[in-house]
Amino acid sequence: MAKDILSTPKSFYKEFFRKPDADKTNTHYCPGCGHGVIHKLLAEAIEDFGIADRTIIISPVGCSVFAYYYFDTGNVQVAHGRAPAVATGLKRANPNSIVISYQGDGDLAAIGGNNILQAANRGENITVIFVNNAIYGMTGGQMAPTTLIGQKTTTTPYGRAAANEGYPIRICELLSALSGPVYLARGAITDPATIMKTRLAIRKAIKAQMDYKGFSLVEILSPCPSGWRMTPVEAKKWVKEQMVKIFPLGTFKDETKEREPIAYEKREYTKEEIKQALGLDKEAPHFSHSMDDVKPIWRNPKIKISGFGGQGVLLLGNTLAEAGMEQGYHVSWIPSYGPEMRGGTANCHVQISTSEIASPVVDHPSILVAMNLPSLDRFEDDVVPGGLIIYNTSLVTRAPKRTDIESIPIPATDIADKLGSLKVANMVVLGAIIEKTGIVTEEAAISALNTVVKHKKFIPLNIEAIKSGREYVRNL
Amino acid sequence: MAKQFIKGNEAVVKGAILAGCELYFGYPITPASEIAEGAAKYLPLVGRKFLQGESEVASIQMCYGAAGAGARVMTASSGPGLSLKQEGISYCAGSELPVVIIDVMRGGPGLGNIAPEQGDYNQIVKGGGHGNYKVIVLAPNSAQEMCDLTMLAFELADKYRTPTVVLTDGFIGQMMEPVDFPEPKDISRRKKKDWAVFGDAETKRNLINSIYLDPAELEAWNKHLQEKYRKIEENEVRFEDYKLDDAEIVVSGYGIVSRVLKGTVNLLREKGVKVGMLRPKTLFPFPKKKFAELAEKPDVKFFFVSEMSNGQMVNDVRLSVEFKKPVHFYGRMGGVVPTVNELEREILKLKESEG
Ligand SMILES: Cc1ncc(C[n+]2csc(CCOP(=O)(O)OP(=O)(O)O)c2C)c(N)n1
Ligand code: SF4
Ligand SMILES: [Mg+2]
Repeated sequence: MAKDILSTPKSFYKEFFRKPDADKTNTHYCPGCGHGVIHKLLAEAIEDFGIADRTIIISPVGCSVFAYYYFDTGNVQVAHGRAPAVATGLKRANPNSIVISYQGDGDLAAIGGNNILQAANRGENITVIFVNNAIYGMTGGQMAPTTLIGQKTTTTPYGRAAANEGYPIRICELLSALSGPVYLARGAITDPATIMKTRLAIRKAIKAQMDYKGFSLVEILSPCPSGWRMTPVEAKKWVKEQMVKIFPLGTFKDETKEREPIAYEKREYTKEEIKQALGLDKEAPHFSHSMDDVKPIWRNPKIKISGFGGQGVLLLGNTLAEAGMEQGYHVSWIPSYGPEMRGGTANCHVQISTSEIASPVVDHPSILVAMNLPSLDRFEDDVVPGGLIIYNTSLVTRAPKRTDIESIPIPATDIADKLGSLKVANMVVLGAIIEKTGIVTEEAAISALNTVVKHKKFIPLNIEAIKSGREYVRNL
Repeated sequence: MAKQFIKGNEAVVKGAILAGCELYFGYPITPASEIAEGAAKYLPLVGRKFLQGESEVASIQMCYGAAGAGARVMTASSGPGLSLKQEGISYCAGSELPVVIIDVMRGGPGLGNIAPEQGDYNQIVKGGGHGNYKVIVLAPNSAQEMCDLTMLAFELADKYRTPTVVLTDGFIGQMMEPVDFPEPKDISRRKKKDWAVFGDAETKRNLINSIYLDPAELEAWNKHLQEKYRKIEENEVRFEDYKLDDAEIVVSGYGIVSRVLKGTVNLLREKGVKVGMLRPKTLFPFPKKKFAELAEKPDVKFFFVSEMSNGQMVNDVRLSVEFKKPVHFYGRMGGVVPTVNELEREILKLKESEG
């Protein structure tokens, strides 16, 4: 019977053309190794489901690194432990492909532990064939996370000790605690009866994927005579007598009936739809303006706006720059960022210029807005001679010391408070800037607000604040 | 098409979508998070896919999978995340997979800080992962270039089947500037990648792989890769030259530093100092020839390189200049951005001492 099951399926190459050595018909696995048997069970299922053309098998790092020699399917070889992440990429790119991640215990349960956990938890619609041989076969028999207590390996020469290496990881039990997986089972390949069950489990797992039900995994206890330093017969016996005790066989989770299939929509969007989604379907408005009408010192202004976080200094800068752009100028805006951002203060640098802006950094502003006292203390000295300091007298308790600059004291917070919201103090200042300097027009500023302000219902209040700021400065 | 006043990081996302990026996998990190957030917001609106990976290690491997499956795919991070992605980048290079990676650099080493720095140059331009590979590295210095060079990155990655990095800094990522967005690329007209594994009959015999057991075979594969890098060096060098015609002092930098340097050049020119800037837009391939040419010019007295690092790109300038002219370096680290006046002072000091 066993022979019957293991006849070569069509999706298993007859001649291993990718195998570099002269022998193109025998696998590279050791005599008595479980991988070969498991390969054939897998190939047979793929064949019977008629899915070879759309199947992609992932060859991991481990003895099955050359799985791609054997499967007449799409093949992808990957880094150690990363198969579930690569499978995720493959599957998400082409959801109708059948993606099978084939992994050893070191690969899956050690180096790739988080990758398998997360893919399982996402309910990634892939199938994992997990070959548990309680050892690192490929590298010559070191301890695996599944190595049994007391088991001797080259890195546990005195036997695995719980106190030092911990306990064998039970992947099926672990993953069954998650909601994501739809099917989890553990099988073996020690005799025709267990092979038969494993064969069915593999099919069930693949079927779950074909039906878009989500993550499925079959763990298979597999002999590694070379790694275990045993004969093939001893190895089989050891699986039956030792491994099964720690790794009981059976189905750990099966929600294939209850689970709703994952729906995929694949449609190409038109250029118009893409532009609309990105907000690129309309031109920015344009407002005419001439820097010649601006006093020379404020032309092509370099502006620094500073205050407490929450005073809207970033938004004020953003609105100014947006308005500048809508007037056809080069503009730049940078937020205070990194070391500058301490103690809850925020500032931004804005430039509006008729020519290309070289450095967007404003070290020496021609216009400084100080919304609070620390801002004035910190930046007053940097202002260029003849520059302008607008300071919020509601919070700034002193006038600038400089005598070579112009300044506008404005109780922005109080004005905003009277309008009904402290939040619009920034817009009161914007009004002051517009009235005093004319670097942007009120019209452009209001248009900019439409782009910059997220909640449109606040726009009328913002406009009122701009007008109040202008009026205050007009009456100074 | 439409002009928008937009953050550099958001310009990356929109540029990527216009270039036909179909999937994004990434893990959040300041100052690159707006890219993940923007991708999460916009990709689903146009039928594309976003997934927050469990780590940078996983995210780049998800890209490996999606690229192997023939899709245009992107990930973004900053220094600590790039360190983790190096494994995947090496595999992508070895398996010849076109993946676009954005590195918005921050201060290091270790956790460092979230301020802009340029300390990732060596790990990105010189490798960082294992093996004899290179990645194409593009270095934007404005929001416009964040869009344009991201779009170019997708074209070059596909053209050469190679991972391509857009190497930028927190400053350029966080800065807002107007961007003129081009028309979306027509994905439907793109040629099917005949080497990829789509999970269909046509591509069933394809293999994505970087393992070659036989040393002779692996050497041949490496030679193939090296030949590709040579072609890239031949064809894809990009730079900006600014006021170099009569320059006696050649300054150079990339990213935000090149903007500050430009300000310094303008200032010095006003004072009659003959200084110009050569700004690499591609860090690999590096504009070696252009530097070498300038080094040969009798007018040119010395080179001045500034970076927000301990001096990494300057080594490429030195290799290109081959000791024909002095190459001076001025660096700031930890997130400190040099000012226009600071660089001016340094250059004038050198001008004095170089006679
Ligand atoms: C990053 C990395 N670390 C270590 C290795 C070396 N390595 C190759 S295979 C392997 C263990 C594989 O064991 P397992 O997954 O159990 O597969 P098996 O060979 O037992 O089937 C190790 C550690 C590697 N290739 N890559
Ligand atoms: S070392 Fe073990 S797992 Fe690897 S081929 Fe040999 S028997 Fe199989
Ligand atoms: Mg193993």
